[in-house]
Amino acid sequence: MDFATFLVQCLNAVQYGLLLFLVASGLTLIFGIMGVINLAHGSFYMIGAYLAFSLAPVFGGAFLPTLAAGLVLAVIFGYLLEWLFISYLYERDHLQQVLMTYGLILVFEELRSILVGNDVHGVPVPGWLSGSIQLGDLMAYPVYRLVISGVCLAVAALLYFVIARTRLGMMVRAGGSNREMVQSLGIDIKFLYRVVFAAGVALAVLAGMIAAPVSSVYPGMGAQVLIVCFVVVVIGGIGSVRGAFLAALLVGIVDTFGKVLFPQVAGITIYLLMAAILLWRPEGLFRQG
Amino acid sequence: MRKYPLLSALAIATVLAAPATPTLAQTGKLKVGFMLPYSGTYAALGNAIENGFRLYVNERGGKLGGREIEYVKVDDESQPAKGADNINTLIKRDNVDVVVGTVHSGVAMAMAKVAKETGTLLVIPNAGAVAVTGPMCATNIFRTSFSNWQPGYAMGVVAAERGHKKVMTITWKYAAGDESVGGFKEGFEKGGGQVIKELTLPFPNVEFQALLTEIAAAKPDAVYTFFAGGGAVKFVKDYAAAGLNKTIPLYGAGFLTDGTLEAQGDSAQGLLTTLHYGDGLTVPKDKSFRAAYAAAYKMQPDVYAVQGYDAAQLLGIGLSAVKGDFSKKPDLYKAMAAAKIDSPRGAFTLGKNHNPVQDIYLRRVEGKENKVIGVAVKARADPGSGCTM
Repeated sequence: MDFATFLVQCLNAVQYGLLLFLVASGLTLIFGIMGVINLAHGSFYMIGAYLAFSLAPVFGGAFLPTLAAGLVLAVIFGYLLEWLFISYLYERDHLQQVLMTYGLILVFEELRSILVGNDVHGVPVPGWLSGSIQLGDLMAYPVYRLVISGVCLAVAALLYFVIARTRLGMMVRAGGSNREMVQSLGIDIKFLYRVVFAAGVALAVLAGMIAAPVSSVYPGMGAQVLIVCFVVVVIGGIGSVRGAFLAALLVGIVDTFGKVLFPQVAGITIYLLMAAILLWRPEGLFRQG
Repeated sequence: MRKYPLLSALAIATVLAAPATPTLAQTGKLKVGFMLPYSGTYAALGNAIENGFRLYVNERGGKLGGREIEYVKVDDESQPAKGADNINTLIKRDNVDVVVGTVHSGVAMAMAKVAKETGTLLVIPNAGAVAVTGPMCATNIFRTSFSNWQPGYAMGVVAAERGHKKVMTITWKYAAGDESVGGFKEGFEKGGGQVIKELTLPFPNVEFQALLTEIAAAKPDAVYTFFAGGGAVKFVKDYAAAGLNKTIPLYGAGFLTDGTLEAQGDSAQGLLTTLHYGDGLTVPKDKSFRAAYAAAYKMQPDVYAVQGYDAAQLLGIGLSAVKGDFSKKPDLYKAMAAAKIDSPRGAFTLGKNHNPVQDIYLRRVEGKENKVIGVAVKARADPGSGCTM
């Protein structure tokens, strides 16, 4: 591998890692702060992709209005879902959470099948982002992929700011470590959790929507993402957004170079990484916070 | 047992009565068991196969070889782990005479194993696993679709004819991908070409960017690929987005562009693929088949519907030869093995391993169609290595 190829592969790795972070951040928020194992998180990613596909005609294919509408729907959807289902899970053990959220996966997949069908669909890249940048004489790099990375970085910065520097973030962190105490201090913890869950759903939906033009839209796409995201969350340390960011980049790098250098074992490289890190630090890279 | 005297009595009665049913069955309805995916990614394929099968039977007044046909359905969910259980349910509980299935190669392997053990007639209307008509072949197992090796081999021949010397291949690391690439390699190297690197990624991973960079760096004359479904859509789009479609021609097995053109859009235009069916065939049977299918189901048939239709034809030929007497199994199988099937894809026969000996077409993507532009290889049989019967 010459140096130019190496650099492009690094770009691939970072770009994949950033997208993983976007999905995994919502998962780690819900998992770490609310204590709910949400297997349905991959479904939210899928719902995002299908929203991008089915809302596009409504807005005449305009990208930003579609994105905005999808996010509004996602927040409403997440809010209702927490109210109807998830809010009953906080006091229960993990098995019941897994059963409930797994059930939700089946319901979402079936609804998707009834509403949109089982065909594979494509979502066009928005016209003003459809160009590509020539990287030496090697290959062209689509501008849209770089834009995705930019969005992911922006979301990461925003998340960090909200959680570490704002009053809302402080309440969320406090709620994560002691729910009863926060409640007795006069903070409406039920509402707070509902907001956190809605934000988690919105993050996954956002990831699905902006990834749709490059990933295409197909049944079962959520399940694939879910597994990798759990790896990211576990490596990063459950509940740590900072950890998820670092872990996502690590997974991106290991997956990309694993495919190129060790194609025979490419399917297990990220799990080897997870095993190695857990042996070294059983709680993941960062503790919650 | 003691708790339910009536039930146990009934159970004994059923067991005693069981040997009597086969003699009855020679004149009664013939039971066909569809074991196909009716849910999940492949649901549309399962339905197309069943539609094709029923269309042929309905054209003959609901009868094959004078026997009325009755259907039983099982959803195989494309789950290899449930394959053996599902086919056993059809054979033992539903007492079907013939099993028709399935789409997924892994499931088909499980089915072939049970069919071989129980001696039940199995007609495979899609799954291309080479082993089924290779080491696992049997007198009672037939296939009306293709083996993964066939389209790959045909494309290898075409790529060599087009003057390419050094080619890279890319596919998922699983049986179907390996078999397809194996076929390509055989055809291509026979024509004097050389496969310089076989790229793989784990099934069903769709992060192609790293491997596309590898292709760009190695600059081969051409790339051969085997992907299907969502992976096919993403690969073709990523290949075009990386600008590689302008410099390095992409060739694929037909599944790359079958049922995926809508989603692939402009990025698939002009792609060359090989398959045993396509759009714009000049076979008269295809015209009448398409018209009949469209009238019956209000949609256009695809390659899967053709394969289902031909499964019914094959069974019909066998049953006619024995005048509907299903107990004459040796004669039935002999007639089926020797059948000439008047398929919409063009007439074909079966090889001695019971896999179609057929023309593989070269097709070019034009708009939303896979236009047939020629025959890549004529009357090509699968080598069926490892098959002894």
